Amino acid sequence: MTPVGRLAAPVDQFSEPVPGAPLVSFQDIHLGFAEGEVLRGVSFDVWPGETKILLGEGGSGKTLLMKLAAGLIRPDAGHVTVMGQNIGEMPEKELLNFRRHIGFVFQEGALFDSMTVAENVSFRLDEEKVEESEIETRVREVLRFVEMEPSIEKYPGELSGGMRRRVSIARALVDRPPLVFYDSPTAGLDPVTCQTIITLILRGRDSQGVTSLLATQRVQDAFGLANFRFDKNTGEIVRDKKDAARPPQISAGGKAGLGKQDAQASGPESPAVPPTNVLVLRGGKIYFEGAADELLHSSDQYLKEFLASAE
Amino acid sequence: MPHTMPEEKETLEPVASALVEGVKRQVLVVQDYAKLSFQSLANVFTPPHYWTDTLEQMDIIGVGSLPIIVLTGFFIGGVLVLQTASQFERFGETALTGDAVALALVRELGPAITALLVAGRNASGIASEIGSMVVTEQVDAMRALGTDPIRKLMTPRVVATVLMLPLLTAVSDFVGLVGGFLVAYFTLRLGPVQFWTRAIHALDFGDLVQGLLKPFVFAFIISTVACFMGLRVKGGTQGVGRATTSAVVVSSVILLVVDTFITRVLLWAFNK
Repeated sequence: MTPVGRLAAPVDQFSEPVPGAPLVSFQDIHLGFAEGEVLRGVSFDVWPGETKILLGEGGSGKTLLMKLAAGLIRPDAGHVTVMGQNIGEMPEKELLNFRRHIGFVFQEGALFDSMTVAENVSFRLDEEKVEESEIETRVREVLRFVEMEPSIEKYPGELSGGMRRRVSIARALVDRPPLVFYDSPTAGLDPVTCQTIITLILRGRDSQGVTSLLATQRVQDAFGLANFRFDKNTGEIVRDKKDAARPPQISAGGKAGLGKQDAQASGPESPAVPPTNVLVLRGGKIYFEGAADELLHSSDQYLKEFLASAE
Repeated sequence: MPHTMPEEKETLEPVASALVEGVKRQVLVVQDYAKLSFQSLANVFTPPHYWTDTLEQMDIIGVGSLPIIVLTGFFIGGVLVLQTASQFERFGETALTGDAVALALVRELGPAITALLVAGRNASGIASEIGSMVVTEQVDAMRALGTDPIRKLMTPRVVATVLMLPLLTAVSDFVGLVGGFLVAYFTLRLGPVQFWTRAIHALDFGDLVQGLLKPFVFAFIISTVACFMGLRVKGGTQGVGRATTSAVVVSSVILLVVDTFITRVLLWAFNK
């Protein structure tokens, strides 16, 4: 059902997730520049409801994978499939339509500096010609969600780094996309602000049912997302029980919801979703893929050093 | 028998291949520019249109450039009278000053100098603004939000410049004539009737077409070059600085080169 006051979204190939298929699929991706090949045959999937965390040293190609998934760059070889569509071969015009179905949080926020917080967040809704009153409601709702409503009239230049990231998250979530890419959302932030950002991502995942691909250099982010969850009933972040699989929270229309009513739309019969998974990139290839606990208890020397260096 | 030494051949081969690569790169740049310019124009005929952005740019480019156009136009008209009058005085033909000022301003100096001023003021502004957006990933963010940056950023700037430059040129021509008249009145004691009658009668339809057609072409060159330079910025803030300089230099040079060809074609078209 179309919410009151909102224009119906155009029916297209991205409206519905493909049943039984991953939401994002990388198949043998190669990508290089003049300096050499950065990605050398990367393959992995992100399933509906899953949170996939890309870990790796600086320059390992995490951001490139995020941009490939959003169709912002194209691979030299291999296939990127998102929501059943081959993104790597899609013309730019179709890609623009496709990107209206995803959220993207850039490393530095990438807020439009000549626009206020409200204008930044409402950008996509303005483009889709959503009614003014609906825009106002949705913008305030999402800014309340990221605890930035008091700064609604401020410009990005007046905000701290952490506040800019929160606004960027709000901008990515305002149109309730079922899939969000977070490119190093905690990079360059102090530990307390990092915690705030991860809490927001947790809340987005557990209250809105967002499938996400998150790139980070901080292993703490991976363990935070893997070991904690947002309790909708108490509104608090609690330690996750490993034996309790969460139901998928993708609503029927392929859109994630902002409020509790949307989260409940998934229904009690929904199958269990894959847990939060970690993927470590090294030398342009996937070095490790598995659960955060497996990474923590791995006996591999490189992974041990990687974890130790991150602490 | 003439022959190339093997050492010479080995030295020349990398130079030749580097030269070929360099030429290829330049051809690709021109191709990218042509594609981008065509796209910016084609966007005018298909929705969505960003009329608010276009009006905002018209204000920045048109109204914002008005003070420098008026100021420079006035003094160019004045200095033109001073330069020509000294020559006409030798033949006792100072009455021809009005003719010379009107023809020089309307046909050539008005369009060219206005375009160069707009290039200096707005090409730099456009390139630095778009370039900054590129290096801070705002252009990528726009694409990630499903908005075409060429349509949203470039087309409004191109349309605004193309609409505003002819108007600015007309203002510059008029103010230049006023400046010329005042200098002629106070230095040569030319009466207003004598000056304005000769100035207006010196101009025919071909001159007006020439004077008002050129700004459309110049505006397109200035705005597309500036947007192109801004959109291909690489290398952070240094890159933005380089793009800003290139936008002004390249657009100024191209418009002066194109001016020569347009002038030749228009003079031929109007049998002058």
